[in-house]
Amino acid sequence: MRRFILIAVPYLWLVALFLIPFVIVLKISLSDVALARPPYMPQLDFAAGWSGLVSFFAELDFDNFWFLTTDDLYWKAYLSSLQIALVSTVLTLIVGYPIAYAMARAAPEWRPTLLMLVILPFWTSFLIRVYAWMGILANEGLLNQFLLWLGVINTPLTILNTNTAVYIGIVYTYLPFMILPIYSALERMDDSLLEAAEDLGCSRLSAFWLVTIPLSKNGIIAGCFLVFIPVIGEFVIPSLLGGSGTLMIGKVLWEEFFSNRDWPVASAVAVILLLILVIPIILFQRNEQKQREAEG
Amino acid sequence: MRRFSWFNATALSLGFAFLYIPMIILVVYSFNASKLVTVWAGFSTQWYGELIRNEEFLNAAWVTIKVAVMSSTIATVLGTMAAYVLVRAGRFSGRTLFSGMIYAPLVMPEVITGLSLLLLFIGIGLDRGVLTIVLAHTTFSMCYVSVVVSSRLVSFDQSLEEAALDLGCSAFDAFRLVTLPIIAPAVISGWLLAFTLSLDDLVIASFTTGPSATTLPIKIFSAVRLGVSPEINALSTIMIAIVTVGVITASLITKQAAVRQARDERMAERPA
Amino acid sequence: MSQTVFAPWNDPDEKPLIQFRNVTKRFGDFIAIDNLTQDIYAKEFFALLGPSGCGKTTMMRMLAGFEAPTKGQIFIAGQDMARIPPNKRAVNMMFQSYALFPHLSVWDNIAFGLKREGKDKDAIAARVDEMLRLTRLSKFAKRKPHQISGGQRQRVALARSLAKAPKLLLLDEPLGALDKKLRQDTQFELMDIQEKTGTTFVIVTHDQEEAMTVASRVAVMDEGQIIQVATPAQIYEAPNSVYVADFIGDVNIISGRAKPNGEKVAIHWAEGQPDIIGTTATKFEAGQEIHFAIRPEKVAISTEEPADAANKTKGKVLDIAYLGNISTYHVELPTGHVVKAQTANTRRLSRRVITWEDPVWVSWTDTAGVLLER
Repeated sequence: MRRFILIAVPYLWLVALFLIPFVIVLKISLSDVALARPPYMPQLDFAAGWSGLVSFFAELDFDNFWFLTTDDLYWKAYLSSLQIALVSTVLTLIVGYPIAYAMARAAPEWRPTLLMLVILPFWTSFLIRVYAWMGILANEGLLNQFLLWLGVINTPLTILNTNTAVYIGIVYTYLPFMILPIYSALERMDDSLLEAAEDLGCSRLSAFWLVTIPLSKNGIIAGCFLVFIPVIGEFVIPSLLGGSGTLMIGKVLWEEFFSNRDWPVASAVAVILLLILVIPIILFQRNEQKQREAEG
Repeated sequence: MRRFSWFNATALSLGFAFLYIPMIILVVYSFNASKLVTVWAGFSTQWYGELIRNEEFLNAAWVTIKVAVMSSTIATVLGTMAAYVLVRAGRFSGRTLFSGMIYAPLVMPEVITGLSLLLLFIGIGLDRGVLTIVLAHTTFSMCYVSVVVSSRLVSFDQSLEEAALDLGCSAFDAFRLVTLPIIAPAVISGWLLAFTLSLDDLVIASFTTGPSATTLPIKIFSAVRLGVSPEINALSTIMIAIVTVGVITASLITKQAAVRQARDERMAERPA
Repeated sequence: MSQTVFAPWNDPDEKPLIQFRNVTKRFGDFIAIDNLTQDIYAKEFFALLGPSGCGKTTMMRMLAGFEAPTKGQIFIAGQDMARIPPNKRAVNMMFQSYALFPHLSVWDNIAFGLKREGKDKDAIAARVDEMLRLTRLSKFAKRKPHQISGGQRQRVALARSLAKAPKLLLLDEPLGALDKKLRQDTQFELMDIQEKTGTTFVIVTHDQEEAMTVASRVAVMDEGQIIQVATPAQIYEAPNSVYVADFIGDVNIISGRAKPNGEKVAIHWAEGQPDIIGTTATKFEAGQEIHFAIRPEKVAISTEEPADAANKTKGKVLDIAYLGNISTYHVELPTGHVVKAQTANTRRLSRRVITWEDPVWVSWTDTAGVLLER
């Protein structure tokens, strides 16, 4: 009996507040927009019984998904989300790998402190960390002031409200997600492997390519997915740092819902976003699985 | 230290400069006398004063803390139960669905979680406010708690529980007297994580709140959309300070515990 | 068919393969190697033996090129090795942890060094197969390191380090991770492979039995210095110091004052006890401090007074350690000294006559022990 309660309570909670809402989204994405409250059709009429159920299903259709393909805003937004996620993942990897590498090579007594320094920003508000860049990247912001003072540029660069600002913001906020898995892979690595590679004729650089990189491969893959997956649905960064030209699907969904009040289309957008995410999520799970097996 | 070269030193200093300089700038400019955030006009604490007098911010902060305390506490209880079910309950029908529902919210985009919960609350006619945000936050943060706690439970020596049962404990007593004290650090860090996630959340709160409850992130977001403001800098500084003190204190406590344990072990090794 | 004894260190015409010339290595304040000079010859199986922290691993890492001497020079085949990085040395090392690349198969691990030389594919394949046969690993070529046993991993590590046919192979505690039975088998395998390939082996170990079994010469080290270098038999039978005698095997040490008497030396070691008579080539001054070291198996034990022993004394059995093939008796003398005497158990247990608390005689000849200055 106790075991039953133990399983049932969290189970029912998740069914009620995760699974059912999700089914509702799916259902509404197949409904039509209506000038009513709630603003969609059909409504499920329980009073009408079986016939109500039949007529309810009869009215569901794929019109909203069809609509998404006709308006190029949507597929452009999906593509540009994917592109931004891809580019920023690569950038985060380029910035994060050397940091993770240097941390793993630091003296053991320093490592907990370095680790804490990487994790600390993660505990501070995401919103605040994005906001911090608004003051830096603005036209009259500190970066431009600094560059003008250096004499590198003569006129201020427009960075804020462009995709560049979005990239900077993403790299900045998601950096810990990239560093931590790579660091943990590198830190586990036995130093004598590098010595063995050198002993067998590798230069330091080729030892890095042939030993260090392959052995941190799982960390790199995990880090990339940990950045790529959430960035696709990102809302805060494009809306604060991006401009009108920055198209990201999270922002489109938000606007469709709050500004246009088109719930069925917003739901359809969400369903497709999720379908897009399923592939990287499955790949990520596989990578984690493989890693666990290799360790076990 | 053998391979700790100039390259590593450069990577670390540039990396940490990148991570910390924006926040340092934020803090420094919160003490700026000028309304223009980008021009330094001398030291002043006036923005802190205005912040304290700003009722809207104070109300939002109060709502946020209430939501965070409630949701993280419920999430810790549910998440610990879920972790225990995942690691210890063995097979039961619907186990795959259950573990799927634990892991899915971790990778689910916030906009989708928010949207789906909002549609649920509207569907069942629940008035949106503090209660709905708490429900929403509890749902996604219990998944984080269960991941943290279950990773501790996996490495936990099950024979300890069996010893407790062998010595006459009921299953519940064994959990309360043996398992819980040992996994307590994971439960506490799960709570802290849930608390921070709730404090931080903008997107899900925006979807699930109503006019009666505005949280701090919502307030900040609507303020900074209009541009940079020194009051927000002051607010950010306070939040950064709280987090920094909290994290450093926590790490000092864990470090001290580790040092004490190491010392005790050394003492125990020494012949009496 | 006559067999010449392998002893290049006694041949003045032989050129050493490795020369340490006044090598000192410091880590901060810690002196790991202290002004050390030593030659090692081609085809030797040279063992560096000592407790942890004695500098044996540092010596090996300097040969491999992972550490540079603070002072002094190291020559390999007449070439000064300063400034030659590890990847440019004809020296390979077998690591204590084996350091097998976990992401590569057994075959690729062995081929790793050969590929760096840029040999053509067929030559590499032929060499790898040869190594797999030599170490009896052909069946496991496609496995990953975590899919084979500890003993097999050890052989992969050996095959990998031998694949490039190095002039010198360094082995860092090569058998440390194996259990005792497997270790003994592997020791003979190592000797066999060393003989087949004709490679010079330098092995680091803290296990004296291992060093004695495999090595042509053993260097006993302590605090960054080599205390004695000799063949295993010499090290055991003629240690040059109490430290070496004590480190290798079991020994009784009795300290006293020397009384030279022609060829022989008498040792005065306790009031009311007859002096110990020993033989030595070393000159001792009268009254000089002297240590008498004798192995337990060279001490005889009997219930009746032996008739013609150069040294004999009475005592009482304190303890008996029964090891199956041999027994060690701890005999307490009236002076409080405890002497260990060992006998082979050629009779069944029940028929042996000596037991606890028995009064017994211990005795040894005047050539059984060694006389040491320090």
